[in-house]
Amino acid sequence: MKCIGNVVKYGDNVDTDVIIPARYLNTSDPKELAAHCMEDIDKSFRSKVSEGDILVSGENFGCGSSREHAPIAIKESGISLVIAKSFARIFYRNAINIGLAITECPEAAEAIEEGHRVEADLDAGVITDLTTGRSFKTEPFPEFIQNIISAGGLVNAAKSGILS
Amino acid sequence: MPMTMSQKILAFHASLPAVEPGQLILCDLDRIHGNDITSPVAIREFKKMGFEKVTNPQNITLIMDHFVPNKDIKAAQQCKCCREFAGEQELESFFDVGRMGIEHALIPEEGLVVTGDVAIGADSHTCTYGALGAFSTGVGSTDMAFGMATGKAWFKVPSALKFVLTGELPKYVSGKDLILHIIGMIGVDGARYKSMEFTGPGAHSLSMPDRLTVCNMAIEAGAKNGIFEVDEVTLAYEKEHAKRELRVFRADEDAQYDAVYEINLSELRPTVAFPHLPENTHTVDEIGDVKIDQVVIGSCTNGLFKDMAEADSILKGRKVAKNVRAIIIPATQDIYLKCLEAGFIKDFIEAGCVVSTPTCGPCLGGYMGILAEGERCVSTTNRNFVGRMGHVDSEVYLASPATAAASAVLGRIASAEEVVK
Repeated sequence: MKCIGNVVKYGDNVDTDVIIPARYLNTSDPKELAAHCMEDIDKSFRSKVSEGDILVSGENFGCGSSREHAPIAIKESGISLVIAKSFARIFYRNAINIGLAITECPEAAEAIEEGHRVEADLDAGVITDLTTGRSFKTEPFPEFIQNIISAGGLVNAAKSGILS
Repeated sequence: MPMTMSQKILAFHASLPAVEPGQLILCDLDRIHGNDITSPVAIREFKKMGFEKVTNPQNITLIMDHFVPNKDIKAAQQCKCCREFAGEQELESFFDVGRMGIEHALIPEEGLVVTGDVAIGADSHTCTYGALGAFSTGVGSTDMAFGMATGKAWFKVPSALKFVLTGELPKYVSGKDLILHIIGMIGVDGARYKSMEFTGPGAHSLSMPDRLTVCNMAIEAGAKNGIFEVDEVTLAYEKEHAKRELRVFRADEDAQYDAVYEINLSELRPTVAFPHLPENTHTVDEIGDVKIDQVVIGSCTNGLFKDMAEADSILKGRKVAKNVRAIIIPATQDIYLKCLEAGFIKDFIEAGCVVSTPTCGPCLGGYMGILAEGERCVSTTNRNFVGRMGHVDSEVYLASPATAAASAVLGRIASAEEVVK
């Protein structure tokens, strides 16, 4: 899969409480959740993100609560890919399960800056910072996880019976 | 290949003779649970999968605990969604107001997860039941939906960190201080994707409530699960609570660990995690005059009867400081009743505390104690992230029930030793 977009960038340990504060968890409507995505650390997130944009972050992205509302809010905001130095484990599996593209690439997450234009080809395992021209290699997912991603998430994977 | 305790439990549930770190497996689940926030999403995804009936209704538990008694109309709608699903799927273990408790206190109490189980829950603190010698881990709502539909979950087999505990906890030092000490030592991602396995004579000296608290916060070090070696304390607890046969798994003596840490419990001091990460720990001896506005004693981390008893030992016959609001939340109806019978509720109210029915409420900034701009709270909960308990400019300091109660009395972060002389 390929993604292209402008970058919004955050630091280490971005937790799910700031991705979507619990005061909004009295709903699971993706649009309502997206309306409050990241607002406790970046009030401008909503206005600056366009469809297809790429979120870049540091270590342990998505730590804390298991709320799937967090990747749902990010996906519904229009983010096509999250690149991080590392992901917290529940966020990692939630993103795979709901079909939000993610990739761990410490070098890219370090070098790419806010506002850069980035292209990513996850099948080929290449991230390119179009603003600087620099390219980075990413590791492909294991086949088992790739099957879930290719199916469009765990719901479709379950429907198609590829996991049984 | 030798296996850790977690790996052995996973291999058994995947019907494999052995597993190794990094291997992707599909496991049978003994328990799948969700709450009033995560279950509605799981129910939606379950229906999208095209399944009509859950696979093992007897293994599925829904607990209404985060925003109940319903804090607003939207919260009421979410509980209604869960209630209707539980009815249509004939789920026996549906816990509504009046029977509910905070899920991670209620599930061991009810014997819904027992020694040797593999359990998932759509709540990150599901790692709590490792205290019983079970493999349990938090997942998202779609995993919960898949689990309800198939009775299974996919896992990447974790490697492990081993914590060899020696000595015994000093007075006024508890499991909470131990886990805060560990998180301070290894960081909030120090155990990311890994198991934390607790062993050694010090581990065996810990009470079950202390073990539950330690495993509860394994996620705060990024761990997949925390787990204690099964011993007489485990078996005594399960004799009272388990309604199913236990399966006891032990790590191979030559099991491989990514790292081994030795901790002498007798050297630990009461520990507090400063905002805004659980790894920002300080012992009470290093803290200056930090004035506070609120104290919360409760949650899935520290809402057990032992926690209430520790708070009572400080608060009984004393008064909460002027300008401090103290909120006490026993984690289950049974604990609430035991507190009532023990006279704690009277002691708490006479001290100037408010006592709530079980709820996660303030821990995640839901309701029942939201902080205003600039306010500080000493809390026995598990997270102190930006905005966790309210305003983005409020602060949460994580501590044990004894430290929280002492802080309530003195109006600043304080140790129990300063109050009980």
